[in-house]
Amino acid sequence: MADYTLWHALTGGILIGLGSLLATALSGKIPGISGVFGRLLIPATPDKKWRFLFLLGLIGGAALSFLLWDSAALFRPMRPLVVMGLAGLLVGLGTRIGGGCTSGHGVCGVGTGAKDSIAATLIFVGVAMVTVLIYNRAVL
Amino acid sequence: MKAGRFFLIFLAGALFGTGLAVSGMTDPGRVIGFLDIFGSWDPALLFVMAGAVGVYGLGMLILRRFQNQNLKLPSTASSPIDRQLIIGAVIFGVGWGLGGFCPGPALANLGTLRIEALLFVPAMAIGMLLAQRFFGADQER
Repeated sequence: MADYTLWHALTGGILIGLGSLLATALSGKIPGISGVFGRLLIPATPDKKWRFLFLLGLIGGAALSFLLWDSAALFRPMRPLVVMGLAGLLVGLGTRIGGGCTSGHGVCGVGTGAKDSIAATLIFVGVAMVTVLIYNRAVL
Repeated sequence: MKAGRFFLIFLAGALFGTGLAVSGMTDPGRVIGFLDIFGSWDPALLFVMAGAVGVYGLGMLILRRFQNQNLKLPSTASSPIDRQLIIGAVIFGVGWGLGGFCPGPALANLGTLRIEALLFVPAMAIGMLLAQRFFGADQER
């Protein structure tokens, strides 16, 4: 934690942008994580291989970073496990109904100026802020 | 896709995962710190988004100029802002605020077998299957 600065945030963001860009060029698809993962769950999806390898790279790259840098390995559990389970269910439902998450809508869609993605991003960030506010008032 | 392409797509994922970890977005404390605007606000997520959106937007503008039969880029045209989009974004927002995990960071924590991720990711998969089965999500190919 001690050596984390906003430069880490900006540098990490640039790496996320580069990874997304490379995946877009290679796959010809918008590589939002919820879509890449969600379509792996559909048996008829024809292009499962790149999706699987992309996510494997994501997990491997993060795991290596946790080993290399203390600031990356920081993990502060915020919620009881039952809340995490409920949160996962809602994130799965919402991202697929809404057609994207923080990467598909937030990074790729906003990056290319797609109006639907800008709307979705404003909505899910706003709703998440209200949710945190209510959770903190109600539970803490 | 050829073998070289498969290595590159793995590399793309590794860049993405490294970015998530380096930026601190794999820590739910940092994400909730950003969402908690009335607490001790943490602006980190805004800098992450600025870096990612800037690089992706600029990169796509450049890539568009080199588009040919070997480089096919997806359409970035906006879909209609309809009820599906709004309802989905609201449900996702509630889940994101509750857990401090969105799909990328949740998956990124699987490698170190974090109990939060081991619980969150299967629950997320169930939510996605429900969306696909009952709410018509992901029907187009």
